[in-house]
Amino acid sequence: MLTKRIIACLDVDAGRVVKGVQFLDLRDAGDPARLAAAHSAAGADEIVLLDISATHEGRATLVDTVRRTARELFIPFTVGGGIRTLDDASAIFDAGADKVSINSAAIATPELITQIAQRFGSQAAIVAIDAKRANGAFKVFVHGGRKPTGRDAVEWAKDAEQRGAGEILLTSMDRDGTGIGFDCELTRAVGDAVRIPVIASGGAGGAQHFVEVFGETGHADAALAASIFHFGLSSFSDLKLQLRSAGIAVRWPC
Amino acid sequence: MTIAIVDYRAGNLTSVKKALDRVSSGAVVTSDPDVVARAEKVVLPGVGHFAATSALSAAGLREAIRQSIQRGLPFLGICLGMQWMIESSQEAPNASGLGLWPGECERFPASVKSPHVGWNQLTIRNGTSRLLKGIAPESFVYFTHSYRVPLLAVTVAECEYGGRFSAAVEQGNVFGVQFHPEKSGAVGLKLLENFCGM
Repeated sequence: MLTKRIIACLDVDAGRVVKGVQFLDLRDAGDPARLAAAHSAAGADEIVLLDISATHEGRATLVDTVRRTARELFIPFTVGGGIRTLDDASAIFDAGADKVSINSAAIATPELITQIAQRFGSQAAIVAIDAKRANGAFKVFVHGGRKPTGRDAVEWAKDAEQRGAGEILLTSMDRDGTGIGFDCELTRAVGDAVRIPVIASGGAGGAQHFVEVFGETGHADAALAASIFHFGLSSFSDLKLQLRSAGIAVRWPC
Repeated sequence: MTIAIVDYRAGNLTSVKKALDRVSSGAVVTSDPDVVARAEKVVLPGVGHFAATSALSAAGLREAIRQSIQRGLPFLGICLGMQWMIESSQEAPNASGLGLWPGECERFPASVKSPHVGWNQLTIRNGTSRLLKGIAPESFVYFTHSYRVPLLAVTVAECEYGGRFSAAVEQGNVFGVQFHPEKSGAVGLKLLENFCGM
């Protein structure tokens, strides 16, 4: 049976993992390469590295960071943040990423989705959508959630699928950082509207939240979290054991 | 020893090269039929549309691969590379596969999401497989594909997703896997190590 994926996300600024990492007893827990390897060894099904560098200088280190992180990683590895062109994407793939995630650039230049899908395959083209509730609907925001686009998240996901996206990485801005659980309503609305997998993101605080988002309330195919793993609040094996006892198929032993 | 990783611009080969480098030495990425012809082992990766495999014929790579297999050298097709080993695919009816075995790649039924993305469980049905030696019978591996190879006489491991299909095929020194060993953690590295040791 196809299992639900647990994805560990590393937010990276100028080559360093941010969010005050206290993971295991790593000597350098801010190093994305070490943290990714540790998460993989601990049972993460997949790694996502999001570059949140605000400066051009910070972003310039991304390719090197990706190369170092990919070197010892033998599970799927996605990189997002600041990818604007097919050349940007090519450099990230050459450095060892398996998939790229595009967000603002996909809204600004939707053809980029198709270009990446045609050159590297749809499985390598993830469209990230940051959505926020407004007037009973889910609206798309870009530029780190600062800029409204006026677009409907469900409609944009369907459009992205048509253009060749292989997965949707769906972040609830209302839930991000709160630890109160994923926005299952958002996840289900998008998941039921497309045939491609949907990765739920934003709000993970404990195992029960994963049970909800993978089950009948959320219909997610995968779920992503950052801080609960970095801080050791939840180990992958504990989380997977709880999912198993709730009847949800996961990769095991992990 | 040279292991030729055949590049026909169907996806990114960095991960395959990296994983082979981890378990072996001598892996080279090439689109040169002469390099393929001289290699001691050939790996044909590939993701994307079945039509992309027509580039193999155009570049003379199809013939180099066919001769290598005929000489009995180990060959491993991964994902689209495995699909190309049978006759054809519903995805591109005009493109022809290598035709090592009869059969056509088929689409997943509408009852399941497609593509099939993620970790799914193998059912190893041939305990004497050399490729899968030392791999636990119900191991999880990473898949990402929209078409699949039906069950064949040479199927050594199958998988279930909207019906059963071939996860791995094997006959003599010819091997194919629908999943991505380079992305399947320790299980995948073990498989590649088995292949490199042949």
